[in-house]
Formats: sequence, structure tokens, C-alpha cells
Amino acid sequence: MSNIHVTTTINGDPTEYLCAPDETLLDVLRDRLGMTGSKEGCGTGDCGACSVTVNGRLVCSCLMLGAEAEGAKIETIEGMAEGDQLHPLQQKFIEHAALQCGICTPGILVAAKSLLEKNPDPTEEEARYWLAGNLCRCTGYDKIIRAVLDTAADLRKAS
Amino acid sequence: MRYLAPTTLDDAIQLLSGDPGDCRVLAGGTDLLVRLRSGDAEPDSILDIKRIEDLRQITPEDGGWRIGAAVSSAEMNEHAELKAAYPGVCEASDLIGSTQIQGRCTLAGNLCNASPAADSVPAMVAVRAMARVAGPNGTRDVAVEDIPTGPGKTSLEKGEFVASIFLPAKPDRSGDAYLRFIPRTEMDIAVVGCGVSLTLDDSGTCTAARVSLGAVGPKVMVVDAAAEALIGTKLDDAAMDALAKACSEAASPIADKRGTVEFRTHVAGVLARRAAAIAKTRAEG
Repeated sequence: MSNIHVTTTINGDPTEYLCAPDETLLDVLRDRLGMTGSKEGCGTGDCGACSVTVNGRLVCSCLMLGAEAEGAKIETIEGMAEGDQLHPLQQKFIEHAALQCGICTPGILVAAKSLLEKNPDPTEEEARYWLAGNLCRCTGYDKIIRAVLDTAADLRKAS
Repeated sequence: MRYLAPTTLDDAIQLLSGDPGDCRVLAGGTDLLVRLRSGDAEPDSILDIKRIEDLRQITPEDGGWRIGAAVSSAEMNEHAELKAAYPGVCEASDLIGSTQIQGRCTLAGNLCNASPAADSVPAMVAVRAMARVAGPNGTRDVAVEDIPTGPGKTSLEKGEFVASIFLPAKPDRSGDAYLRFIPRTEMDIAVVGCGVSLTLDDSGTCTAARVSLGAVGPKVMVVDAAAEALIGTKLDDAAMDALAKACSEAASPIADKRGTVEFRTHVAGVLARRAAAIAKTRAEG
């Protein structure tokens, strides 16, 4: 099985890698590029812990082949903070204690950022539906939803 | 395993029909990658059709719409004209999985995965959607309900794949709707799904109708008796009762952890009634 050469952009950085034809984007990120922020929860697209955006579209990186990313722009949790400056969502998640074990958190942050880019003023219902593919077995979701809506309100005030 | 990513339809047909082994078509991958992981599928090659520009388009055609096999559900639901023309089909595709899945999954993939509970399939069948099948002997247009033949099985010949879905022009004063029942609010597989499409005349009498059911048999079913219960009526309570009865009678579901036979049979009628009411409102404009 020969490896495939892929040229892509990850968090703004031009990135090249070699991957096997059946290797998922998640495995490429974690095992070849050392970007272990994206988590594997289920590996079947049910839990959302591996969420990334590809050309601005929120997807499960476990349900995409690394080879499919040729020419794509990928954003992962590693690109969310700017240096030591946390993204407003990350800051709010700390303030609201919107995480416990933390395994789902990177995926939820990536998904929530994608929501707020598409819809800066989501209702609670819209936020809950958007994040329905991100499972959290600790928090009961309430703090997560409050943190997302609170961030949205702050960002609207700031803009 | 080989990964193939042709950029033209002709190359895709040649690669698929010329492959001596097991070659699987990859559109959104939301079913195929799960099968690869579980070992259910061990293909020799994967043919990614997303780099074929024609298959990524939503195009007006003869008063209807052609949706390429690589168009995601999210792209359909961001297309204002398509959504206005076929709200039922778009809503059904918007019920497949999560936001993440909707960013990748396709109508053609949902159809060819051949799950009896596929959400978009009854919605497509209700509006008489046609699948354009590409293969080594050219293309042929097949009614969507004739693609799946049973759970996980399709009528596609070796070397063939669905290149696009065509939603034909609708007469004036027509509406479509799709509803499904699941035990939770999101992210589950249909216990029953029902698609309804109908046309009204100026007096509000139903002149044409088509009703389809999913998840209550080995494949999607067209319920002619349910359509006949609506045609010629003003969709009054008696017509809706007859519609519900016809759907419950047509249902031949299995019992599983999501629902018993009795429950599914009853819900088939309930959903048909509700979907018909939505389709009627849409037809009235």
C-alpha cells in the first residue's frame, strides 16, 4: 500500500503529509502531525470529539480520509487561541466551568465557533440542535449552552 | 487499498467499471468510513467523486432541479431556491445525523446506502425524484424507489453509480413534506418516516398526491391507496382518516428496540396525516 502525498493548509500554515489511502484525517492529525487536540471518542461520527472545519464546513475528522484533504483549508482546536490569548469561547468555558473531563471540549469549541460564525445570535434551541452531534457525558450540557450563548452576546456587544 | 480521485465523470466510469476488485464510491463517506472501520467493507479501491465539478452542482433543469451526487445536505439547505421548491426533500436531508454529518452526507449516498430508514428517500420518492445512473453503457434514469431492493442492497449493476438526483418540475399549487418519528429530538434513526407530495386546484381540491413510507418495510414503499384517499377531496377529516388508515395498513414493520410493530403501524398513520397537513399548507402558498 503506497502512501499518498497531500498538500493542505492547517490553521493557516501550509502543511504537507504522507498518509495511507485508508487513513482518516483524524489519524493524520493525531499520529502524523502530532496535533492531538482533536479526540477520538467513537470513530463513527456519533460523538463529535474529532470535529474540525474543512473549507469552513464543520465535519467529523474520523469520517474523512486524509487523502480527501488535498488542497483544503483545515481548522482545528490548535488554531483557536492566538498564542496565550484564549478565544472568547475558551475563556467562557473556563468561567462557566463548562467542562469536566474535557474529552469532548475541543470538539465542542470547534463546533461552537463554527455556529457563531454562521449565526452570531443563535437561540438556545438553535445552539442545542447545532451541538447535538457533540456528546458530553459529564456536564449535562447546560453549562456548555450557557457558555456558548454568553460568548455570542459578548461578541455581539464587541462588534 | 487504492484511493482514486478522478476529476471527470468519464474517468470515474472507466475507473469504476475497469476495476477488477471491490471498488466503492465515496461521496460524503458518512456510511462508507464507518463500514471500513468496522471491517464490514474491505474494498480494494475507493473512488472519491467529490473532485468531479459537475457532481458538486445544484442546477435548474426543465423547471426542476438536478442535484449532483457530491452535494452535501448542508449545501442543499443553504440553497434558497431549492429549499423553496422542495422544502420536504431539503428538510429530510437536514434530519440526517448531526451538523457534522450534514456537512458531508449526500442524497445519492443516503439512497445507495439502502437503509430502509434513510430519511431523504421517502421525501425524494414523494416528489417522483429520478436517479441518474452512470455506467460503462452510458447513463439511465431510474425512479428513486427502484434503486434500493432491500436492506443494504441496490439494483445498480457492477460499474454503475448514481451521478445525480433529479427533482422534476412541480405543478402550481403543489407542496411536499417529510416527517419522521424518533425516540429523541435529534441524532437517531427513523422509527417511521413519511413523505407526502400533493397538488391542489383553485377550489382547494386535491388533484394529485403521492405518499411514501420509510422504516416500516425492507425498503421505501409507495402507498397508492393513501394517495387515492386524498385525490378528489378537500383534505377534510374523513380524507385524512382514510389516508392514515391506508398508511397503517400498508406498514409491515419489524419490532426492535426503537419501536414495536403495533407502535410503528400506528405512527405510520399519524405521521402521514401530519405530513399531509404540512404539504397542504405549502400547496396553498
